[in-house]
Amino acid sequence: MADLTLLQSAEPLDPASPLAVRGLTVSYGEKPALFSLDATFPVGAMSAIVGPNGAGKSTFLKAVLGLIPRVSGDVSAFGRDVDRVRDRIAYVPQRASVDWDFPTTALDVVLMGLYGQVGLWRRITGAHKTHARACLDRVGMADFADRQIGQLSGGQQQRVFLARALAQDADLFLLDEPFAGVDAATEAAIIEVLKSLKAEGRSVIAVHHDLSTVADYFDHVMLVNLRRIAEGPVQTTFTAETLAEAYGGRLGAVQIDALSLQGA
Amino acid sequence: MGAEFVQFSLTPILIGIFAAIACALPGNFLILRRQALIGDAISHVVLPGIVVAFLITGVVATWPMLMGAAAAALVAVFLIEVVRRMGKIEPGAAMGVVFTSLFAGGVLLLEQSDTSSVHLDVEHALMGNLEQLIWLRAEGWGSLLDPVALSYLPPELLRMAVAAALIGALTWLFWRPLKLSSFDEGFARALGLPVRTIGLGLVTAAAVAAVAAFDAVGSIIVIAMFICPPAAARLITNHLGRQVGWSLVFAVLSAILGYVFAGYGPLWLGASNSVSAAGMVAAVAGVILLLACLFGPARHRVGVAAGS
Repeated sequence: MADLTLLQSAEPLDPASPLAVRGLTVSYGEKPALFSLDATFPVGAMSAIVGPNGAGKSTFLKAVLGLIPRVSGDVSAFGRDVDRVRDRIAYVPQRASVDWDFPTTALDVVLMGLYGQVGLWRRITGAHKTHARACLDRVGMADFADRQIGQLSGGQQQRVFLARALAQDADLFLLDEPFAGVDAATEAAIIEVLKSLKAEGRSVIAVHHDLSTVADYFDHVMLVNLRRIAEGPVQTTFTAETLAEAYGGRLGAVQIDALSLQGA
Repeated sequence: MGAEFVQFSLTPILIGIFAAIACALPGNFLILRRQALIGDAISHVVLPGIVVAFLITGVVATWPMLMGAAAAALVAVFLIEVVRRMGKIEPGAAMGVVFTSLFAGGVLLLEQSDTSSVHLDVEHALMGNLEQLIWLRAEGWGSLLDPVALSYLPPELLRMAVAAALIGALTWLFWRPLKLSSFDEGFARALGLPVRTIGLGLVTAAAVAAVAAFDAVGSIIVIAMFICPPAAARLITNHLGRQVGWSLVFAVLSAILGYVFAGYGPLWLGASNSVSAAGMVAAVAGVILLLACLFGPARHRVGVAAGS
C-alpha cells in the first residue's frame, strides 16, 4: 500500500484541469466530512457536485479554496497551487452564508468582486463602475444597482452574487448551491449566464441539489457521499447504480429509475 | 466662551470627543459582525487589569495601568475562546460569563487590597474623571499658541487624540478588507484575504480604544460609544461609508451635548450641582439611538421592504 501511495503522489495532477484533487480528506473535529477524494474536472465544461445532505459537497468547495483546513490531499488549479491562481477563481458562496442586512448596495457588492484586481488602496474609477453595471446587466439586475441588498428577493440576491463573480473575470467559477431557494426566472437567468461562460471556454463547477436538472444543465458530474462515489460525463456516470450508491436508501427505486432515464 | 471655558470645559470636551470617535469607529464593524458585546467585555475587564497592575507596581501611574488593562483584555479574549470551545456555548454567553467574572474579581481585589490612599476605585473605572481633566494653566484661547501653557495640558488629551488618530488611519487603510470580511467572510477568504488577522486586528483596535479611554472617561462612555452611535447611524442609512460618517457625528454630538448638559443642565433646571459627565454623555448617546429607532429612515429592514 505504501508503495502505491508513493507512486500516486509522484505523478502530477492533470495540469490542464481547472481543478484536480487527490486524496482530499477533511474532518470537522472527530467527524470525517470527506475521505480520500480524487477528482479531475474538465476544462470549459459545466460540472455538478451531487450527493445527499451532509455528504460534503459544500465542504469540498471550501476545502479546495482553503476556507477550511484539509487533513491531507493535493489540490491543483490549472496545474498550480490554488494560492497562486486565486485571481483566476471566482467563488459564489451559499446565499444564506451572509447577512443581507449589511448596509451596502447591489452595485457595491459587485464592486467587491474587483477588490482582487484593484487592490487595497487604488481608487475605484468610473470604468470599474461601468464594468460592474455591465455584470449586473448580464444577470438582468441593471435596474437594481442602487438597491440596498436586503430589499432584494432571494433570487435577485443570488443574481447579484453571480454578477460579483462575473466581475472577477475568472476562468473557474465555483458555485455553492446557486439554485437554492430561487424562483424559476432566476434559475433560467443563471443557467443562461453559466452556459455563456462555458461558451467562452471557462469552467463552471456547481454544488447542485436538484437531481432532476442535472442531465439538462451539466456535462460532467461528481457524486459524493463522504467519499467519491463516481465521477465522469453525465451520460455515463449519472446512472441508477451510482445514484443508489450515493443516496443509499434515501431515494426510492422509482425515483432513481426516472432520474437515470433522463440522464441516459 | 472665554477663559473659563478654555480652562474648565475645552479639554474635557475634546477628550470626550476623541474617546467617542476612537470607540465608535471599530464599533461600526463590531455591530455589523454581531460582536458588539466584545467592546462591553473589554471595557469591563479593564478594572481587574488596573488593579493587578497597581498591586504589582504599587503606584497609580498611567503606563503600568495601561499595560495591565491591555494584558487583561488579552486574557479575556483568550478565556472567552476557551469557554466557548470547552463549554460548547455560543460566543455571547461566553463573553458574558468571562467579563462579569473578571469584573467581579477586580472589585473583590480592589476591596481586599489597600487602595484607600490612592485614587483607584470602582467608581473611577466606571465614570472616569472627565470633569477633572481641566487646563488650569490656560488664560484664554491665546493659550493654545503658548508652548508653556500647552505643556500643562492634561496628558490624557494627547493620548486620546493619538488613539483616535491611529484608529481612524487604520480604518481608512483597511477599509476594503474590513468591509468585505465583515459582509462575506467566505468570499474574502477565497480572494486570499487573511480574514482571521483582520478580525483580530479589529478586536485589538477596539481594545486600544477601550484601554486608552477608560482612565479618562470611564467604561460607561466606552461601552455606550461602541454601540450607540454606530447602531443609530445604521438606522439612518443603508450605506456603510455614510453609516460610519453618521456614527462619528453622533459620537461627537454625544460628547459635546453630554458634557454641556451635565455641567449646566441641572442649573437650568434650578438644581445647584452638576451631574456626572460620563453618565450624561452615555445618556445622550442613548437618546440619539432612541430617536434614530423612532425616526431613522433606514429602520425598515429585510422582509418589510418592497421590491421583491
